[in-house]
Amino acid sequence: MKSVAVEVLRYRPETEAEPSFDVFDVPYEDNWMILDAINHIKDQVDGTLSYRWACRMGVCGSCGMMVNGKPVLTCATYVEDVLPGPVRVEPLRGFPVVRDLVTDIQDFMVKLQRVKPWIIREEEKPLAEGEYLQTPEELEDYKQYSMCINCMLCYAACPIYELDPEFIGPAAIALAQRYNLDSRDQGREERMDVLSQHDGMWGCTFVGDCSVVCPKKVDPAGAIQRYKLDATVDWFQSVLMPWRKR
Amino acid sequence: MVRRSREPVLWAMFSGGGMIAALLLPATVAVLWIAAPLGWVEAPSYEGLRLLFLHPIGRLSLFAVATLSFFHWAHRFRYTVYDGLQLYHLSQLIAILTYSIAVALTVIAGFVLVTTG
Repeated sequence: MKSVAVEVLRYRPETEAEPSFDVFDVPYEDNWMILDAINHIKDQVDGTLSYRWACRMGVCGSCGMMVNGKPVLTCATYVEDVLPGPVRVEPLRGFPVVRDLVTDIQDFMVKLQRVKPWIIREEEKPLAEGEYLQTPEELEDYKQYSMCINCMLCYAACPIYELDPEFIGPAAIALAQRYNLDSRDQGREERMDVLSQHDGMWGCTFVGDCSVVCPKKVDPAGAIQRYKLDATVDWFQSVLMPWRKR
Repeated sequence: MVRRSREPVLWAMFSGGGMIAALLLPATVAVLWIAAPLGWVEAPSYEGLRLLFLHPIGRLSLFAVATLSFFHWAHRFRYTVYDGLQLYHLSQLIAILTYSIAVALTVIAGFVLVTTG
């Protein structure tokens, strides 16, 4: 049977001060994913290995790790695509490590809340008036940005987030854009107040790696540049036409 | 609500400069330095070009291309220094320096365009 060396970052805070690497020789079959290899280690070799995973089909967004230095969903990356090995598996970059491959994602959860990723209405219409209808074109406007699964690969890829942890980050801005572009939403102004701060969209210098690594083709970098354009148009309107309210 | 951040203006000049430089400069090079010398298009006469750029609209266009390109450079260089060298404590100084250079170059460009002719 074919096998590959897998170097896994281990960090057990109760016994070691610094993380280190354990190397496992993992037998693999055709079409195994990196996650299958890690599951093999956990099930057959060392049950103490800690990591997150759930769906195995690129939907839950919990198995993101650095594989050979690149942020990927381990359930969507073939072992055969990273051969000959050794394959180095590390926790997502830019996040504090809790244990082994498990990161502390609290920072992202807080930032996600700050952009109010839900439909905001100035006034809800009574239930009796029925649902808010939307045309297929209106759905198309934001659909791409709604595909985000909060896997945080874009944060791990973003050099700005690594340098400046205050930066609100790619997924949060893309998700804000998802609601701004929704015909049912009226929260654009509220979100702009959050994102036009210095830790908001202006922190981005359009490196673009977030869009490269996104497993769902959300294109957060594109969303952020669109947001900058919106903010700039807002600014010129507020200066040139102060009487006009958007 | 008036947002006090200056970033929208600076970013507008940055992206305007990037756009104008990316569109106009390669086209200029292609026409004047490649197509014309190779005889694919008729080379514009010196006198014709001179008159074109001495016309107020010609001068204004040149001024716009130059100014926006300067601010494009300033913005990009500011962030390259700021992030690349991780000089976060000097962010104000870096911004003042880079945009001041862009302003100075703009003044020089304006002076040249006004006094030439």
